[in-house]
Amino acid sequence: MAEVKRIKKGLDIHLYGAIPNKEAEELLASEFAIVPDDYLGYIWKLDVKVGDKVQKGSPILHDKDLAKINICSPVSGYVRDIVRGERRKIEAVVIEKDDSNEEVLHVKPTVAAEIIDLLCRSGLWAMMRQRPYDIIPNPDVKPRDIFVTAFDSSPLASEILTSNDTRILEVGLKTLSKLTDGKVYLGVKYGSGISSTVANVTEYYGPHPAGNVGVQIAAIKPINKGEVVWSLDARTVERIGYLMEYGTFDSSAVVAITGEKVCRPRLVKTNIGVSISSLLTNNINDDCDVRIISGNVLTGYKVNLNDGFLRYPYRQVTVIPEGNTADEFMGWASVNPMRYSVKHWFPAFLRGLSKQFSFDARLKGGERAMIVSGEYDKVFPMDIYPEYLIKAILAFDIDKMEQLGIYEVAPEDFALAEFVDTSKLELQRIVREGLDKLYKELN
Amino acid sequence: MKSIKKKIDEIKPQFEKGGKFEKLHSVFDGFYTFLFTPNDTSKRGVHIHDGNDSKRTMIMVVISLLPCLLFGMYNIGYQHSLAVAADMSFVEMFYYGLLKALPQIVVAYAVGLGIEFIVAQIRGHEIQEGFLVSGILIPMICPIDTPLWMIAIATAFAVIFAKEVFGGTGYNFLNVALVTRAFLFFAYPSKMSGDEVFVSLGSSTAVDAFTGATPLGQIASSTQGAVHLTNVLGEPLTFWDTFIGLIPGSWGETSTLCILIGAAILLITGVANWRIVASAVVGGFLMSWVANSFASPLYPATYVSPIQQLCLGGFAFAIVFMATDPVTACRTNIGKYIYGFLIGVVAILIRCYNTGYPEGAMLAVLLMNCFAPLIDYCVVEANIRKRLNRAKNNV
Repeated sequence: MAEVKRIKKGLDIHLYGAIPNKEAEELLASEFAIVPDDYLGYIWKLDVKVGDKVQKGSPILHDKDLAKINICSPVSGYVRDIVRGERRKIEAVVIEKDDSNEEVLHVKPTVAAEIIDLLCRSGLWAMMRQRPYDIIPNPDVKPRDIFVTAFDSSPLASEILTSNDTRILEVGLKTLSKLTDGKVYLGVKYGSGISSTVANVTEYYGPHPAGNVGVQIAAIKPINKGEVVWSLDARTVERIGYLMEYGTFDSSAVVAITGEKVCRPRLVKTNIGVSISSLLTNNINDDCDVRIISGNVLTGYKVNLNDGFLRYPYRQVTVIPEGNTADEFMGWASVNPMRYSVKHWFPAFLRGLSKQFSFDARLKGGERAMIVSGEYDKVFPMDIYPEYLIKAILAFDIDKMEQLGIYEVAPEDFALAEFVDTSKLELQRIVREGLDKLYKELN
Repeated sequence: MKSIKKKIDEIKPQFEKGGKFEKLHSVFDGFYTFLFTPNDTSKRGVHIHDGNDSKRTMIMVVISLLPCLLFGMYNIGYQHSLAVAADMSFVEMFYYGLLKALPQIVVAYAVGLGIEFIVAQIRGHEIQEGFLVSGILIPMICPIDTPLWMIAIATAFAVIFAKEVFGGTGYNFLNVALVTRAFLFFAYPSKMSGDEVFVSLGSSTAVDAFTGATPLGQIASSTQGAVHLTNVLGEPLTFWDTFIGLIPGSWGETSTLCILIGAAILLITGVANWRIVASAVVGGFLMSWVANSFASPLYPATYVSPIQQLCLGGFAFAIVFMATDPVTACRTNIGKYIYGFLIGVVAILIRCYNTGYPEGAMLAVLLMNCFAPLIDYCVVEANIRKRLNRAKNNV
């Protein structure tokens, strides 16, 4: 029997536009892209130029210093465009899919060093994360443990694992277990029945962020200073398993199209980096300005319908009203039971927060200094004082940051705190910038 | 609404940078965001936000103060009618109190918000709502006969030196309303205590039997053991008089009943932290009980029963509306228990054993405001030590 852990703190936010069933439709799309900003911690250099022919799994980008770490093409076709931003920063490498089905084949490695090389080469390495810093792991550092989460508890998210067949997942977990002297932990949803012979399975019961890998690490074995753990989602582990079993890059992705402004919420089967237009064209209820989010409403990226692409971790898009024309009269005095707030001083509380609510992208208030105390703690299930950690990051007091547990957190852990914050502070940005500065300072 | 909004949007550019009224930008912005929730949407980070903001939070405190405020106005009139033996109806009493109290409220708001507007403009900030609460608290904890100019000076002092110099709402470490009260208390002691200031006589003369001392004032000036509390006419006061609040005192804080209604609003909605209130009541009760158990004629306040102690003076008001100020209280949950408990203990301690000060609630909260960061520091330090030990044991 798997161990069961209960996550008490947190919050499930119920939005309109959930997917009605688990059946995925096949989606035909021709445009895909790699967005280097999704892959933190490295500086990416191009392996291709516009017009080059690429195969599925062939390298598109490599790291400036560690050339063996690649990001690979999700489809076969040719490079149609390289979008650059300010100071010629690469914003996206756009690949047009063609009919060729050529794939790059890899050898099957057995020892750890070979496995690492293969993962780096196949692009799957870049899909893993390490803590501290929440960046792509350094191949030269052996992790204490590896944590895999097999469920996504964020708003409107679908299942990470779409098939009941865990054979490939097992292969992936077995591969990972060769890369650490510690253990591989698999976090699954309570009652999901997923088991493993290779990994330590823990079932989690409780509200979001129970599915966040950071919360699972904190519940099992928190990270100490000097330690490194890797974190992955189960889909990436499946891709690793697929690579080991069949020697090719499994770039398929099941994407949940969700949100209030989606006409027909559904699951579609496509490949990673697919264009937003192919996902959403003719499926948006655009009677007002909408916000398209690649990902969920808490941690996703704002993207455009015309030039946006599905971003890491390639699982979900959400469309909500932008709300920029709401013109709410004296919103602070609102007694509207449909106006969501976790605070008991709004009538929504009487309606019940487990009901569905409509959300737009408004801040619903001005930014202030921290005033109300203890709000972050209620949605932050780690043995950390989030408020003090945020203050230490703002002051960039390295000692205090270390002491208060910065090595244990990633920006996504602060997403709910940012949502409930009365003072409307950008906590995820603060944490991301803090981690980046710390990394620069100490490495 | 749309047409109003359209009109305001039309004049908006004049208040922005380069506009004719650029210097009034913060004021304009303050009123604008008061009327219409800004349509600003999130640029990065989470895409949806909770409906609560600091305006709503502050307004909730003001709402919870309304029972005390309205009762206080009535009580001003009631005490007046007793003192001058005037035959006044309920409405007349309330009206009398309203006329007395309103100028104080207006002055406190005008001075405090004026400074707030100016500072916001200088710093280029939005107007912060913290003073909405402080502004109404300040007159409520002052004697009714406090001259308006004193309220103006004390408010200005408190807003500037207790809040703005530290960075504004959210950065102050002392409760602004209590700093105002403390300033008045130490700068103009003759107007803040004694027999003359707590009952408004107006232009009339008091009846012969009149004595304007508050119950705690009577206790403090007593020379022989247990005191029999009297009202302004020298008639005995019952426990219920002190509970309902028909006694002289700083006009907003006499009614324990109304404070309990306010406390219920704050605690049920969760605006105020129950940990602070509960532990302060426990602390105050325990200290009163200890003092009462060792009652001594040297310290007449020790003869007051614990329950009565909690109903007298500003104790209840201070723990419900001042100690729970989230900015100046402890911010960790464990810290809140300690902080509240010590406020209760220190308030009664001062009241009983420092006969120079009839009431200790103000000083207790201010003192614990100073210690709150230290308490939090110890609590957070324990978390840090735990983390260090974990790391050590793992190696």
